[in-house]
Amino acid sequence: MTRVHDLGGVQGFGRVPWEPDEPNFHGDWEKRVLGMNLVAKAPEGWNIDKGRHARERLHPVTYLASSYFERWLEGLVLRSVEAGWIEEAEIAAKMGAPSPEAPPDPARVDAMVERFSTRVPYDRPETEGLPAPYAVGDRVRTRMDDPTGHTRLPAYARGRGGEVVMRHGVHVFPDVSGNGGGEAPTHLYAVRFDAAELFGAEAEPGASVTLDLWHPHLEPAS
Amino acid sequence: MHDHGPGHSHLSETEARVRALETLLAEKGLLDPAAVDAVVEAYETRIGPRNGAQVVAKAWADPDYLARLREDATSAILELGFTGRQGEHMVAVENAPGRHNLVVCTLCSCYPWPVLGLPPAWYKSNEYRARAVREPRKVLADFGVTLTEGTEIRVWDSTAEIRYLVIPERPAGTEGWSEAALADLVTRDSMIGAGLARAPEGAA
Repeated sequence: MTRVHDLGGVQGFGRVPWEPDEPNFHGDWEKRVLGMNLVAKAPEGWNIDKGRHARERLHPVTYLASSYFERWLEGLVLRSVEAGWIEEAEIAAKMGAPSPEAPPDPARVDAMVERFSTRVPYDRPETEGLPAPYAVGDRVRTRMDDPTGHTRLPAYARGRGGEVVMRHGVHVFPDVSGNGGGEAPTHLYAVRFDAAELFGAEAEPGASVTLDLWHPHLEPAS
Repeated sequence: MHDHGPGHSHLSETEARVRALETLLAEKGLLDPAAVDAVVEAYETRIGPRNGAQVVAKAWADPDYLARLREDATSAILELGFTGRQGEHMVAVENAPGRHNLVVCTLCSCYPWPVLGLPPAWYKSNEYRARAVREPRKVLADFGVTLTEGTEIRVWDSTAEIRYLVIPERPAGTEGWSEAALADLVTRDSMIGAGLARAPEGAA
């Protein structure tokens, strides 16, 4: 469903806050948040789409006012609370406690590089029962539906006509997997839209936007 | 935030909350703090944009490699040893005279970690996510990039687990350069499309 994380095309934001030679982190707490998200125990059946959905479910005002790592922090809290493992009051009770210390361990760094350099793909075998795929060059139109829960069809690209420019094969469908419904793999495409189709007469000339969209997001365009 | 001077520790509310959460998760056996250190170290020192720069340099220098990159970027990038989290399915998009590519993730901040490392704050900002699809030319101007009039701009919104790597145009005056020397011209921003590859020193 449309929530404020769906920022594409929203107007009123200012200059992009670019800084030269920007460091990976602006403070040690950001490092802890990244690391905790990647290595903390996750509930059974957790997946990347549920992780995104957890951050999207932050209150809209909180979401917009938070930095990326603050969103990751609260997403991790949400998943741990919803798993029944911690309570908000327990976090409050630990405020001011010394942080856990661990000695440096190069062997563990190697193990982490190994773990995060292991490919866990999201494509799936093409199974019977899937609809016939669109072909590269087909004209398609995105659906207007605003499904409940997590979706990867942004609002700015809903109900718009575009052209299939790549077939990516069959992939896990986040609109189902992010909502706890299993992987529901289906065809995934890159679909290109002229900027004017998305943004009207004010669109920049000569621009297009290509989105990766799944078969259920699309219908044939005449 | 105020500076209370040396010896006076000051923790923001967020920093204190992060520490409290880590302590709590560790006490409950849900987290190993040493593993947090190790994963941060991995992304600070091993997994970063120099990886992607090697891919681009090889694509510039080796036509056979470029052909493999076009055919199956995931496998071609794996040849150099780069794969893993947030780089499971790679596609390379090439800039050319009259065509420029720019990558964004409007819904979150998807980014090809194995080749570019962690995304910079600007890539994750509300400003970039909102504006890159609607006004890419103006966004590029924020980065000091002005494209020739009439240049086609292809914006890629990373809505799936496909990760796009921009292959910037090879700078003039680099004929016969080694891959290592070429890689030094490839900036992180140029592989997102928010910048161009550096011109060789001394070039006009």
